[in-house]
Amino acid sequence: MKQKLLEVENLKKYYPVTVGLLSRHVADVKAVDGVSFYITEGETLGLVGESGCGKSSLGRTLLRLEEPTAGRVLYKGSDIMRWDKKQLKEWRKETQIVFQDPQSSLDPRMTIGDSIGEALLIHGVGTEKERLERVEELLTRVGLEPRHATRYPHELSGGQKQRIGIARALAVNPKLIVADEPVSALDVSVQAQILNLVMDLQQELGLAYLFIAHDLAVIGQVSDRIAVMYLGQIIELADKAELLNNPFHPYTQALLSAIPLPDPHHKRKKVSLTGEVPSPVTPPSGCRFHTRCPKVMKICSEETPALRPLAKDHSVSCHLYK
Amino acid sequence: MNNTILQINQLKTYFFTRNGVVKAVDAVSFGLRKGESLCLVGESGCGKTATALSILRLIDSPPGEIVDGEILYRGEDLLRCSSKRLRQIRGNRIAMIFQDPQSSLNPVFNVGDQIMEQVKLHLRLGHQAALEKTVQLMEQVGIPRVRERMKDYPHQFSGGMKQRVMIAAALSCNPEILIADEPTTALDATIKMQILDIFQDLKQKRNTSILFITHDLGTVAGIADRIIVMYGGRIAEVGTVFDIFDQPKHPYTLGLINCLPSISKRGERLTPIPGMIPSLINPPEGCIFYPRCQRHMPICEKQRPKEVAVSGEHTVACYLYS
Repeated sequence: MKQKLLEVENLKKYYPVTVGLLSRHVADVKAVDGVSFYITEGETLGLVGESGCGKSSLGRTLLRLEEPTAGRVLYKGSDIMRWDKKQLKEWRKETQIVFQDPQSSLDPRMTIGDSIGEALLIHGVGTEKERLERVEELLTRVGLEPRHATRYPHELSGGQKQRIGIARALAVNPKLIVADEPVSALDVSVQAQILNLVMDLQQELGLAYLFIAHDLAVIGQVSDRIAVMYLGQIIELADKAELLNNPFHPYTQALLSAIPLPDPHHKRKKVSLTGEVPSPVTPPSGCRFHTRCPKVMKICSEETPALRPLAKDHSVSCHLYK
Repeated sequence: MNNTILQINQLKTYFFTRNGVVKAVDAVSFGLRKGESLCLVGESGCGKTATALSILRLIDSPPGEIVDGEILYRGEDLLRCSSKRLRQIRGNRIAMIFQDPQSSLNPVFNVGDQIMEQVKLHLRLGHQAALEKTVQLMEQVGIPRVRERMKDYPHQFSGGMKQRVMIAAALSCNPEILIADEPTTALDATIKMQILDIFQDLKQKRNTSILFITHDLGTVAGIADRIIVMYGGRIAEVGTVFDIFDQPKHPYTLGLINCLPSISKRGERLTPIPGMIPSLINPPEGCIFYPRCQRHMPICEKQRPKEVAVSGEHTVACYLYS
């Protein structure tokens, strides 16, 4: 039975909205508003949602790259919120992050080799010679060449930069990688190369991923289980096959129907969502999705539905299902 | 075809840089028909944006220059007409939506003013009439609460809304041809669908010809009548949407289709195209796809393949078929 690596309980992250010269705190952007899930060793949990749903904030908050407003995050059973700086630093070797924009996440004034090896240096791993060897090993593993170590980021393409981001994350032998939209900025053929790399590394190294993306086709390609996020909350969570074949929540159904199919013969039944995502400062009452839901009922604006298991390994928060 | 309204013949657009001459568009020919949706598909650096900008003589010069070719709009060569004539056509008969709405909208003017400016300029309407026309245009593209929102600034709109503003501005003169450069790229899937619906509507209700430029072959299946696949500044394959998806011929087209992630591929590895997009400085003598092609033959390296007809309207530039 594989161990639960990460358990997130009712996590919240609010960003204050301030007004005026004296920065009066008038409201909060409820970016993450009560999220719970777990990730087991070696599995990929896909987190899908559209712009502004809070998925990136969630990724950063659960790694304590930003301090949470409320909630707990347990790593191998231990509450990371209680850890001191030293324990947190040790933990950084086990959990790493790959960012969306390879351009801005690499220091333009550091060579590739230095960027990849920086974590090793910080954690005092190995001698200088050993670190150099490790950097070369990592470059090869992500499909680049040792000679790239002396290059600078601007000399590389988007796909190559993203591989560097992955190499850097792998340097300290993590158990969990939070990949925040790692392929969104890439062309399709480069995207395919990177997705294959991500999947191969998981098989080789037994890595777990929290794979964050807005593209359900990409999520479907790499995930074991999928969590769908809307306006700061998870509204459906299931095994990949179950979610893709049998989506319960109207939002999930809309997302699925919006996946562009490379098939001109197929006239898909369109669940066109009207309107736009509401503001996370003043989210709608009750079920947050009610303002755009094609199946809205009276109760939806009054009461927030809880995330409840409906079938084996399939939870949904929706009043349609009692 | 008698209903071809825009004919591009042997277009060559080069960029003269310190590192050499970049042959961004290297002898490209095609026609656009009345009321058709023609999709120009290819990855970053294939020359599709340069082709579109050349049509309206919007290439930055220096370092770019249209060195050869003809762009015939209803028989009139846009490359050789006066600037005055070009201004009459540009924005009026042929309108363009650029890639990034963020940088195409002026941040210091409200969106209503920006659209009205177009309307006044091209339709020569007085202030009140222009205002009413602007309201009508914004309503047509589905912007809610138009009279309020037209006083808002670009930064107050989401990505999808900004794109609608761009479309409203482009439609102000009811153009015969709309060139849209990656109009849905930065948008979430459900918003993409809404924008594609607008284009579909335009085609059906106003018989507008659309030249739709994108790197995403998936999006194209739902909207294209015909598709042109570009690679390395050249045309690789042309056909109807059914030709391209049912019977792709060029190894590059096949490669592009195979590397699309799909929920029906469930965890199988994708088959990416090996190698990288080529530099367009001093392109080789032969086929520009040669270094990455799994099926190359000796002649491919020596001579650039000409386009040959495979069936009906389906043509391909590849020695496998000639």
